[in-house]
Amino acid sequence: MPPACPREMIMPNPIDIAAQATPPRLARKIRGLSDRAIAWIFVAPTIFLLLAINIFPLIWTIRLSFTNYAANKPNAEVKWVGIRNYTRILTDEDIWSNMTTTAHFLIWTIVLQVIIGFTLAWLINRKFKGNDLLTTLIVVPMMLSPAVVGNFWTFLYQPQIGVVNYIVEFFTGIPAASFSMLGPGGLAPWSIIIVDTWMWTPFVMLICLAGLRSIPDYIYEAAEVDRASKWRQFWTITVPMVLPFLMLAVLFRGIENFKMFDMVNLLTGGGPGSETLLTSIDLKREAFEKWRTGYSSAYAIILFVTVFGLASIYVKALNKVKER
Amino acid sequence: MKRTTLAASAAIALVWATQASAQGSELTLCWAAWDPANALVELSKDFEAQSGTKMNFEFVPWPNFADRMLNELNSGGQLCDLMIGDSQWIGGAAENGWYLKLNEFFDKEGISMDAFVPATVTGYSEWPKNTPNYWSLPAFGDVVGWTYRKDWFERPEIQAAFKEKTGRDLTPPATMAELKEVAEFFQGRDIDGKTVYGASIYTERGSEGITMGVMDVLYSFGFKYDNPEKPYDMEGFVNSEGSVAGLEFYKSLYDCCVAPGTSNTYMGEGIDAYKSGQVAMQMNFAFTWPGFEVDPNVGGGKTGYLVNPAGPNGERFAQLGGQGISVVANTDNMDGALAYIKWFAQQDVQQKWWSMGGFSCLRAVVEDPAFATSQPYAQTFLDSMAIVKDFWAEPSYASLLQASQARFHDYVVAGNGTAKEALDGLIADWTEVFMDEGKL
Repeated sequence: MPPACPREMIMPNPIDIAAQATPPRLARKIRGLSDRAIAWIFVAPTIFLLLAINIFPLIWTIRLSFTNYAANKPNAEVKWVGIRNYTRILTDEDIWSNMTTTAHFLIWTIVLQVIIGFTLAWLINRKFKGNDLLTTLIVVPMMLSPAVVGNFWTFLYQPQIGVVNYIVEFFTGIPAASFSMLGPGGLAPWSIIIVDTWMWTPFVMLICLAGLRSIPDYIYEAAEVDRASKWRQFWTITVPMVLPFLMLAVLFRGIENFKMFDMVNLLTGGGPGSETLLTSIDLKREAFEKWRTGYSSAYAIILFVTVFGLASIYVKALNKVKER
Repeated sequence: MKRTTLAASAAIALVWATQASAQGSELTLCWAAWDPANALVELSKDFEAQSGTKMNFEFVPWPNFADRMLNELNSGGQLCDLMIGDSQWIGGAAENGWYLKLNEFFDKEGISMDAFVPATVTGYSEWPKNTPNYWSLPAFGDVVGWTYRKDWFERPEIQAAFKEKTGRDLTPPATMAELKEVAEFFQGRDIDGKTVYGASIYTERGSEGITMGVMDVLYSFGFKYDNPEKPYDMEGFVNSEGSVAGLEFYKSLYDCCVAPGTSNTYMGEGIDAYKSGQVAMQMNFAFTWPGFEVDPNVGGGKTGYLVNPAGPNGERFAQLGGQGISVVANTDNMDGALAYIKWFAQQDVQQKWWSMGGFSCLRAVVEDPAFATSQPYAQTFLDSMAIVKDFWAEPSYASLLQASQARFHDYVVAGNGTAKEALDGLIADWTEVFMDEGKL
């Protein structure tokens, strides 16, 4: 048993000081509360904000989605239309076309960002001179505003003065002014994928890099002792251990790109025709240009359910991978 | 304690009263951010000097103008006391109570709508159309027309080459067919060591660009919005043979004669293309013309101005632009806003407005014998304003516009489907909008 210290030699604890400073009446009140009650006191503001900012608007949107409400006609009679908005949306060929466009954008940006991001991370993970500088340079695109990126890529894609067409001409001999990356000819959907990949691959790279650096060296050393080839080490150590990180990156990018708006709106405005009309751009036009509030509420709910459903399935898969 | 409370209350009341008084002597005018707005700022200095009212201005670039300002009006915001809103907003603004109805004020102040160019009264002020219900004072007349490089047209070697190619003299195009012929002639031609292109036309997808351009051509090919005898009956009018031919013409003009990469261009891009010497002809609103006259590259007599060329049957119409000035219904300075409109309606103010680059709609100004020669583009402006037609000005105009944007861009720029399919699809879209509105 350690010898008891004289009371005056014990350093005063800041919590004790604060407790002593608490007025006796308040202290009595607090002492009377259970741990659960105190926990509720701390959590209540957050719950209140969550209800006010997220849950209430969601419930209100669900309610509006069953009406013909138009926010620009405050005096008009609001009629209950049942599931009419939902059936109209789900049977509208144009909306399915926009969904397809969004899926095309989503899938290809993720595939390219994962492949390029992982490759970059794998290369950067090797120690070499200038490693840190190179990492910093690679992450510059994701530090820019999407609006800025959208604007300057319109110049890069400009057939007469843009550098992209000249690079293509240099390598293929196709005249620079003979094609337009953002115009007709089917290149526009790929052009927006290129810009998003350029901007967000560094994000995937950083997450992969974190995953790669979390793998302890002794695992590779053990594999070396067992005479496992580099190729086998890659597939049996590197990939499985980075996979949870990679899946997390895919989740983030998937959700972000599902709601992509600013960059694509600036690059193409949804055109040519509707070739790059993503659901988020279409939804914005329905809600805030056409002011079909009820209809666009239903549209938003359908998109929300889609993202929420897919994300839930994905998170379950992610958890299974983590448990392995 | 009581004394302190009393003093604090008095101070708060004083601050509040001062603020209220300051608000009362200020007006905020909302408009698009463009050259005429800058001219209006200068013009309004006279009003400030005369009335003692401080003028504030809120200008938003055209691509975001409708979004920003319709949101403002819709949300009952008090940013703007006066709004120079687009002509197509008038139906929604009237029916939703965003603008103050001005009939009583006009009667009281002796402001007669007969004093303004009839097309601008119908286009900017009336709702329902062709009824004496006025929601704005015509403020800025505008119309789509064409500019061309007069200096290039006058060069002997270019004239000779044109004659050799077409068998006729190179003259400013009077018909759509001639316009395309001239555009084809200039497309890819080398002038002063630089490759130039035929024409700049509207192709913008996001807001209203391609619709303004296509409609500007379609009217002269016989397009009508609906049956004059039966409102909202569009079959056979929107997709008439003439309309189909007009849309095919616009696409052919896009395919043959624009600069590469111009799949999303509107007013600003057109101005840039023309001023930089990239194109021989340019479709654009008349508001751009004063700027060309003072431009070092295309000013000083190098630019000619054209009324929209005639269609195949000799019909000639042009797309109306321009705006009226309205009082925002929930302004807290109604008297000040009305005083501004009263001041703006005066003949000498309108005369000065024109001299500063504002396109006045007052007949006393535009019908003055000296008007036609006052600027190189004045006569073209007058002739164009006499043949204007406008897009739907219904409360649901934004839905109607978005439908036409998608259909026209899909056919003209993306090259999907046929002109007939595009117009049939447009009727289906517009019918759905009118059914939602309860008008069908």
